[in-house]
Amino acid sequence: MESQYNLIVATLIFLIGAAGFLVRRNLIVLFMSVELMLNGAALVFVTFARQHQQMDGHVFVFFIIALAAAEAAVGLSILIAVFRLRHRVNVDELSELKG
Amino acid sequence: MEQKTLFFILAAMAVISALMTITRKNPLSGALSLIMTFISLAGLYFMSSAPFVGVLQVLVYAGAIMVLVIFVVMLLNLPEGELEEERIPPRRWVLAFFSLVPLGFLCIAQILSTDMKAVDSLGPNFGSVKSVGRLMFGDYLLQFEMVSILLLIAIVGAVVMAKKKL
Repeated sequence: MESQYNLIVATLIFLIGAAGFLVRRNLIVLFMSVELMLNGAALVFVTFARQHQQMDGHVFVFFIIALAAAEAAVGLSILIAVFRLRHRVNVDELSELKG
Repeated sequence: MEQKTLFFILAAMAVISALMTITRKNPLSGALSLIMTFISLAGLYFMSSAPFVGVLQVLVYAGAIMVLVIFVVMLLNLPEGELEEERIPPRRWVLAFFSLVPLGFLCIAQILSTDMKAVDSLGPNFGSVKSVGRLMFGDYLLQFEMVSILLLIAIVGAVVMAKKKL
């Protein structure tokens, strides 16, 4: 039963992250929404590691955290580059790639 | 019983501060709520017998990554009001609600209908640094090395992107 509660919390956190990504237009907040979604996935990994009594899930959470760190470094430097160009952090204004 | 109470407190904290993260106008208060979410999740990891992952969560996520985010928010040094200028039409919330609620409904219905037997006995070493480390440097050695290459690429990418002239 405890696994199911964990999974529900993970679902809620993932959905909140997805909602934030859909609704907000501030690059920093979008970035944090992605982090929320990654954390929802990590909680699922930990839950099933416990349910199946295998620690592979823990290793995968380690990889998720490393991935998030890489994403943070690159994403935030892109944010700085965008800000230097535009002096804004609103994604709606970045539409050069639109055909 | 106490475990259950603790679980619900941590879960409620995680979900509420996650909601705060996406609803605060100011990204800085959003970032602080996000740290709250990460710490509550670390508590949930400890309760799911994953102490190593819990420690990593606090050290790397709530520590390093969020410090990076807050550092960048400070570095941008946006003029007063610019950070909070964003106006969100309520229509967008409604659309996101109607697109995500069916997904959540499906997920939760599936979770509740799946029969999961209670985990009775986990070894004393389950999730400890030693046993996870053995797995990481044994079965997952190649993946571990690939992660180190990924981090190297990310460092190079960050330096190139943040240069004065692209």
